[in-house]
Amino acid sequence: MIASFKAELLKLRKRPATWILLGVVLGLTQLFGYILPYSSWATSDQNFQTQGLDPQAVLAGTLPGELVPTSLGGFPVFAGALALILGALATGSEYGWGTMQTALTQRPTRLAVYGGKAAALAASSLAIVIATFALNAVVAGVLATVESRALDYPSAAELARGIGSGWLIMGMWCGLGALLGFAFRGVALPVGLGVVWVLGVEGLVSAVAGSLLTSLQPLRDLLPGVNAGSLVWSLAPGGGSSGETAPGVIDAVTGGRATLTLTLYVAAFLAAGAVLVRRRDVT
Amino acid sequence: MGEQLVETNGLSKTYGTVTAVDRVSLSVWRGEVYGFLGPNGAGKTTTLRMLAGLVRPTAGSASVHGDQPGSPRALARTGVLIEAPRFYPYLSGRDNLRVVARYAGVPDQQVEGVLETVDLAARGKDRYTGYSLGMKQRLGVAAALLKDPELLILDEPTNGLDPAGMRDMRALIRDLGERGHTVLLSSHLLGEVQQLCDRVGVISRGRLLAESTVDDLLGQAGLLVRAEPMQKAHEVLEHLVGDGNVAAADGTFRLRTEPSKAGRVSRALADAGVTLTELRPLERTLEEVFLEMTGTERTGQ
Repeated sequence: MIASFKAELLKLRKRPATWILLGVVLGLTQLFGYILPYSSWATSDQNFQTQGLDPQAVLAGTLPGELVPTSLGGFPVFAGALALILGALATGSEYGWGTMQTALTQRPTRLAVYGGKAAALAASSLAIVIATFALNAVVAGVLATVESRALDYPSAAELARGIGSGWLIMGMWCGLGALLGFAFRGVALPVGLGVVWVLGVEGLVSAVAGSLLTSLQPLRDLLPGVNAGSLVWSLAPGGGSSGETAPGVIDAVTGGRATLTLTLYVAAFLAAGAVLVRRRDVT
Repeated sequence: MGEQLVETNGLSKTYGTVTAVDRVSLSVWRGEVYGFLGPNGAGKTTTLRMLAGLVRPTAGSASVHGDQPGSPRALARTGVLIEAPRFYPYLSGRDNLRVVARYAGVPDQQVEGVLETVDLAARGKDRYTGYSLGMKQRLGVAAALLKDPELLILDEPTNGLDPAGMRDMRALIRDLGERGHTVLLSSHLLGEVQQLCDRVGVISRGRLLAESTVDDLLGQAGLLVRAEPMQKAHEVLEHLVGDGNVAAADGTFRLRTEPSKAGRVSRALADAGVTLTELRPLERTLEEVFLEMTGTERTGQ
């Protein structure tokens, strides 16, 4: 499996799409986590649209103390969708290009090839999470310095918990994308279906279960995106000191249950992918 | 004959109601270039996919190097190029081989060696998408050679190549055979198989129709004679080559004898006062044999 892992890492590292997706995650995190809130705070006395918001709370979300919730805010929805695309690209294109055949006719077993790919995607997901936290930490530090605020970063334990939660969320979405890529043996359909699910279906079900049909709540509480949002909520209930919660961050289930559910999703996606790769003919 | 590297027994593959491969039993011996011959859709590629472990047989069994097809031990000693080269379009030729090398567990240094072998070293840093069809095909062969395998499974390796590319590919395969590699080569190009292969298996509609050396498959050579008067000529020829070795058809005689006896035939007929109007070697091509076997000559295909 180590040989396959090395091969997969080389492919992911050299693939432009990987860097584009990382850039989009970082860019959107900066835009919604720092640039827009800071601009809003900086112009709060002239900007009637921010009336009613506490400017200090808006600024607080951009400071080092809120590094974990601000970094994770986008993970349940947009970063999750991008992770799903990464997973679908990594597996679906192997069928589109026919390179699955190339990988499976070298030396490793099918499961070793699959394991190497899963491990490489897990490592890539972790790298995206760490890069997000690292860039956010730098930006938050700069803003704190500019605004003469304390460089009051979260503790190492809080950071580790935040990074671990982000990795679980990104890994889950990436795993779903990879499974869809294996299932449909292509890229377009998995990406289309996956993104519709992440950005559309989850939100609709949550909205309906929250207002029109509350009997749907048990079903809603099983959804991957709802559990991802609940895990982020559990790290900073109510949006932390900024009081603002990102789209998809929701108080539906406890952090412990969300962690367990997401872990089970990862395990289920891994197992289903392994069955598909092991049993199906490659033509 | 030595060691069998590939053996199949009653190997079959069905897709729904369609039987792609029907009880194929073949054997490939160490050191030979084996031609797997058949028209398009005959089941060649499906058979090779089963030998590479990509497709699971519906029935029957196969072994490669004595192991199950697709097992790490079998794959470690087998280079595979099936249908068309499959590589990552965003990578260079060299990086594609580095990926394959990592999968195969061979050091990166071997990449340069195989690039040299297929004459792609100078273009190794170019992106794969910029390669011509011939270059892609050669990169596919390079990938198959990375492990320095004892057995090469090459499926239609000259497909899509121009005449010069086909010639180069044939030279490469011949060279591999001479260097001791065992090659299992599928093709629908009869001339190619006749030029390259020691033994052939002929497959049609999923069934193996024959398996033998090229010479055995072509049968004994002979002579074609046209002479007048026919009756007198027949007597002379029977006297010369034996009763059972002369067949008359369409105003000609087909003699089952060595073509080198043409001079003796000519002299005997002249001595008997028979006028010889045509005398030429009668050698069946693999194409004729193949068409006879597959029965497609009757439909004019």
